[in-house]
Amino acid sequence: MSTTTTLETPNTGTWDGGNEPLKASYGKLMMWFFLLSDAFTFGALLIVYGLSRHSHLPYAGKPEDFVFSTEWWPIPEKVFNAFPGFHGVDLPLAFVALMTMILILSSVTMVLAVEAGHRMDKKDVQKWLLWTILFGSIFLGCQAWEWAHFITGTDEGMTLADGSKVFGANLTINQYGPALFADLFFFITGFHGTHVTSGVVLLIMVFINTVNGVYHKRGHYEMVEKVGLYWHFVDLVWVFVFTFFYLI
Amino acid sequence: MHTNHSHDFDNAVDIPKPQTKAIWKTFFILVALTAVEFLFAFTMDAGTARNAIFIILTIFKAFYIVAEFMHLKHESKTLIWSIIIPMALVVWLMVALLSEGSYYFDSITNYFK
Repeated sequence: MSTTTTLETPNTGTWDGGNEPLKASYGKLMMWFFLLSDAFTFGALLIVYGLSRHSHLPYAGKPEDFVFSTEWWPIPEKVFNAFPGFHGVDLPLAFVALMTMILILSSVTMVLAVEAGHRMDKKDVQKWLLWTILFGSIFLGCQAWEWAHFITGTDEGMTLADGSKVFGANLTINQYGPALFADLFFFITGFHGTHVTSGVVLLIMVFINTVNGVYHKRGHYEMVEKVGLYWHFVDLVWVFVFTFFYLI
Repeated sequence: MHTNHSHDFDNAVDIPKPQTKAIWKTFFILVALTAVEFLFAFTMDAGTARNAIFIILTIFKAFYIVAEFMHLKHESKTLIWSIIIPMALVVWLMVALLSEGSYYFDSITNYFK
């Protein structure tokens, strides 16, 4: 008995593990620094988007007369105006608004899970984690639809100078604008979607551990907090992607 | 086995009541800011002024997510600054590369005139 208790007694000296730099636990601190490095990657991707946009011809005419052309950078409202079930109806940014709402909601349910963890309320942690997994999965489904539509294209497509038509998008040509526009769409929303996917996997793992009582036995739900930090970061990135890719 | 299904009663011994007021308040602020963004997207003509409004609203949203949801506001000052200062350098990179992009565009359109 005495040997087990000495192992569990935390070290209190400054140089043998008792010191918490920045008054945060090791795990949370490392999550913050990982997120900082991840923010650099997303920052770089969005900056490349800005750089490409500034080095292409902007569309100068009236928004009503806008047509897709490889000559100029497209107006995002004219590209992202489709909604599932409303084929051919012009609903600018409606679907992306829905996706944004779903992700913000998932962030709220995540905070509620963390809050329940502070109170050691296992049932509430389970409930809010399940909601977060649900909203995260719905977001991924929406993104799959958005990609499918972007790749398939519209009925009208884009007419090239030689009279041939282009529908949808791939990495070399697309009906919306310069090739870089679709490339950056795939890279930026794809990299974000990858993060959401890993987030959902992490949430499912944490949910299983919660159900098995791992954190309750451990005496704290810090793992929920750490995954929560990651999840909020994914939401944060979407806020920036939304502004720089869809609004501006 | 528990026969009483009332959640509060079941855990009344050691589980305090949830404190969720601040969380929902932050949520409504985020929803309102997003709604305002859409309002500007549909009522205002595209241009530098509208883009500036979008960026300012985005920074507000980012502040609420990081400060409240990620709890950074309540961490130590040193941690707050060690996150903010590197991000400020990213903003610098953004400004530098945007002007670089404009210069590149200018060069290729005007070089052969």
